[in-house]
Amino acid sequence: MKSIAELEAIRDKALKEVNIRKQGDGTRIVVGMATCGIAAGARPVLSAFLEEVSKRELSDVRVTQTGCIGVCRLEPIVEVYKEGGERVTYVNVEPSMVPKIVFEHIVNGNAVGEFTIGYAESRK
Amino acid sequence: MRELSDHILDIVQNSITAGSNHTKIEITADTNEDSFKIIVNDNGHGMSEEFLKNVISPFSTSRRTRKVGLGIPMFIKTTEHCNGSFDIYSKVGKSTKVIAKLSLSHIDRPPLGEIADAMHILVVSNPGLDFFIIFKCDKKEFVFDTKQVKNVLGDVTLDNSDVSLWIKQSLKDGKTLVFGGITV
Repeated sequence: MKSIAELEAIRDKALKEVNIRKQGDGTRIVVGMATCGIAAGARPVLSAFLEEVSKRELSDVRVTQTGCIGVCRLEPIVEVYKEGGERVTYVNVEPSMVPKIVFEHIVNGNAVGEFTIGYAESRK
Repeated sequence: MRELSDHILDIVQNSITAGSNHTKIEITADTNEDSFKIIVNDNGHGMSEEFLKNVISPFSTSRRTRKVGLGIPMFIKTTEHCNGSFDIYSKVGKSTKVIAKLSLSHIDRPPLGEIADAMHILVVSNPGLDFFIIFKCDKKEFVFDTKQVKNVLGDVTLDNSDVSLWIKQSLKDGKTLVFGGITV
């Protein structure tokens, strides 16, 4: 079992590291988690984002959840808000797409075109 | 919904949308009674009696993007298929409580599924909210309280990567400890 002592050690380590997170800045990854999103498989997608972000130690990236985004047929939907307000919407997201989105978009700053809502809708 | 964990996430999402900042989630299996019970209790803004009467209808929703809401109707169907019951109580401005009961051994009961992952998501992607999570099976019990964790952490947040891993692992341990011996 995980113990509180272990948690205290994690806290002390975290406090020692220089805090580079600026309040209110950074990137936000928002996953739609209403009935439509959950039924379409948003939970493993959110887990994959949490894991990838923590694996790469991206301390200025926040992964959060929201309700229905409005285009339920394209769920799971993930919105990425970069610093400065730019928003990219990814649709039909699967856990296997997550490492690519994190690496190319979050880390390197190039949105993954073929996963975006614009691309999906233009192919209809 | 493939598993009960997904239904639970969905119900808790309703609580969050209703502005709840302290949500209690209780999952209890009882092998003597052959029951499986899920209780979600929040302190959100609640529902009026009129809305509550209609909440079991798929054509009742608070969302503005569409006119249907399937979360609760689907959960009700699942409980009905498994010899169970579904009750919802609410007080405007105070709280809402959802109680879902299913027969533990019913052949149609969906598995509980990845409950540790589901609870981990809730806790870590809503670091500003508090959750009180209980797993119970016969005499075994596991409690996870974000308030307690935050007390230990002080200025360190729940979405810190090491903290997040600790939370995930302790929820997984809790699930194994409590539900390890039975089929959930």
